[in-house]
Amino acid sequence: MSMDRRKFLKAAGLTALVGLGGKGAFELLRPGKVDAEMGHKDHGEEVHGDKKSRSKVRLAMLIDVMALNKKNIEKIVHTCHYLHNVPNWGDPKDEIKWIWEDEYEHVFPDSYNEYNHILKGMPFLLMCNHCDNPPCVRVCPVQATFKRPDGIVAQDYHRCIGCRFCMAACPYGSRSFNWLDPRVHLRIEVAEGRKLNKSFPTRMRGVVEKCNFCVERLAEGRPPGCVEAAPDAMFFGNLADPNSKVRSILRERVSLRRKLELGTKPSVFYLI
Amino acid sequence: MIEKALKGSSVYWGWIIFLLCLIGAGFMAYLYQLKVGLGITGMSRDISWGVYIAQFTYFVGVAAGGVMVVIPKYLHHYSKYAKIVVFGEFLAIAAVVMCLLFIIVDIGQPMRMMNVILHPTPHSMLFYDMIVLNGYLLLNIICGYNTLLADKKGVPCPGWVKPFIYISIPWAISIHTVTAFLYAGLPGRHFWLTAIMAPRFLASAFAAGPALLIMILLFVRRVTRFDPGMDAIQTVAKTVCYAMIVNLFFMGCEFFTAFYSQVPGHMHTLEYLFSGLDGYGELVPFMRGAIVIGLFGVFLLLVPTIRRNPKWLAVAAASVFLSTWIDKGVGLVIGGFIPNPFETITEYHPTFPEITIAAAIWGVGGLIVTILYKVAIAVREEQAA
Repeated sequence: MSMDRRKFLKAAGLTALVGLGGKGAFELLRPGKVDAEMGHKDHGEEVHGDKKSRSKVRLAMLIDVMALNKKNIEKIVHTCHYLHNVPNWGDPKDEIKWIWEDEYEHVFPDSYNEYNHILKGMPFLLMCNHCDNPPCVRVCPVQATFKRPDGIVAQDYHRCIGCRFCMAACPYGSRSFNWLDPRVHLRIEVAEGRKLNKSFPTRMRGVVEKCNFCVERLAEGRPPGCVEAAPDAMFFGNLADPNSKVRSILRERVSLRRKLELGTKPSVFYLI
Repeated sequence: MIEKALKGSSVYWGWIIFLLCLIGAGFMAYLYQLKVGLGITGMSRDISWGVYIAQFTYFVGVAAGGVMVVIPKYLHHYSKYAKIVVFGEFLAIAAVVMCLLFIIVDIGQPMRMMNVILHPTPHSMLFYDMIVLNGYLLLNIICGYNTLLADKKGVPCPGWVKPFIYISIPWAISIHTVTAFLYAGLPGRHFWLTAIMAPRFLASAFAAGPALLIMILLFVRRVTRFDPGMDAIQTVAKTVCYAMIVNLFFMGCEFFTAFYSQVPGHMHTLEYLFSGLDGYGELVPFMRGAIVIGLFGVFLLLVPTIRRNPKWLAVAAASVFLSTWIDKGVGLVIGGFIPNPFETITEYHPTFPEITIAAAIWGVGGLIVTILYKVAIAVREEQAA
């Protein structure tokens, strides 16, 4: 049952993505075709999915740190947490976070340079890195978290047993566990005036969740919520396609990725 | 044989009732946890494993420690262990049951537990942990029960049991190796990412398990007519001494690599645990205490005249048990999460229901040990009579 759903999701997601290729604000697929037409070749840059699959799609997010400010950060976080019915517990002990703000020195603790006054204290947006070599997927004992052919690291809330091995394995602190019943809290928040997104499921307690690159919106041909909320600060596209917009931005701007030395190959880039 | 556990003094029954009360209280707390969620514990987004997984890790070690009496008996035919080897196996049974229970109470969706079997995942270390722990439980039940039954009948152990005994030896190594691999393969958790995690786990296991065995056997020697033999206990004590020295040596190796290299990520958790980091240091007295108590225990075991004194031997065994418990059953798991991936610190405070549940699992372990040991001692007493 759950296997069928999973296969369906994978297939549906990919098909929808393929259908999208070449239209809209963010171009996604058909890299092979474009490659052939344009005569481009990938010059050995680390862009592909794992070696075996040699996937033609690897979705990535670019965050322009210079374009972030209090206002759009709040809008991005609010949009994401609204779209995915993320409860606002208000207590760091129980909190669930899909996308959130933190300072440079916490985001890049290993490469923190105290003399870099440009980046010091600068706000960054944190989310799941949808690693190309994800440790969370490696440790999950039930494949509740898995990597899709398009590079999205997905989470099956119906299979997760809540062992939290993935939380210990994630070097980015991107995963949250439902310590208490999120539905109970959402009911309270709704009573206080919060709106629920009826088209996205709420979770039950005892399972892990995180950013899903808005796979449900991609399937409908829409960009991720954060990109829609701040189109001048967030860019989404196919990293495996040398002609994609994200690749052309990466060619021109200086970018950072978190904890590259761990070999996880994050798909989230910070433009500075 | 099990009927022998039904005949006992009022003190025996008082102890059983005490354990049942402990288990009952923990069961109520667990029902509360099932209803509300793991939010009733002190765990958080930053400290996502706590008392349960720490105790699980420690008792895998206690379970593996039983092999320290099995090896001399079956590989070296050390006959003085003939009477006590079954106690090592029964201790392992209790410890493995505790481990499995600690896992069950820790997971957020226990009713989905069978997903681990329905969706076997060979790239997850937890998959292997499930196999080796359940396998080790089965092996010890087979070996322990049959050797005791043979003793009772006064016949040699049946031949078909022997292969299981031999398999149980590398299997004991495997349970703690796999448990160490749960931690030692995670990128970004510097404190756990060390190649000597498995060797260190085994060293502390071979100290802690036999130390607990010594304490129980000294108690058995006092209150029952069965004498496990002081020579045998002394040999176990020497094993504990060696293993504890190796354990402390490994700990020293961790300190050397961290502080001589001066790599911040390697130093941070050790600093947090042993001297405090950024003003946080709730575990410092415990961790320092663990070192002092551990060295004290080793000293007592090293001096032959002290070691031969049963009272001091009990103190030494208790010191080693406590020292390894603080080190592995508290500091190791909690320390791995401090500092968190953002190099900030969240401390961990277990809650009352959480401790009640953990205490109940200790109670289950105590109950299993009590009943199995009661049966084994009754058989031994019959033999002596």
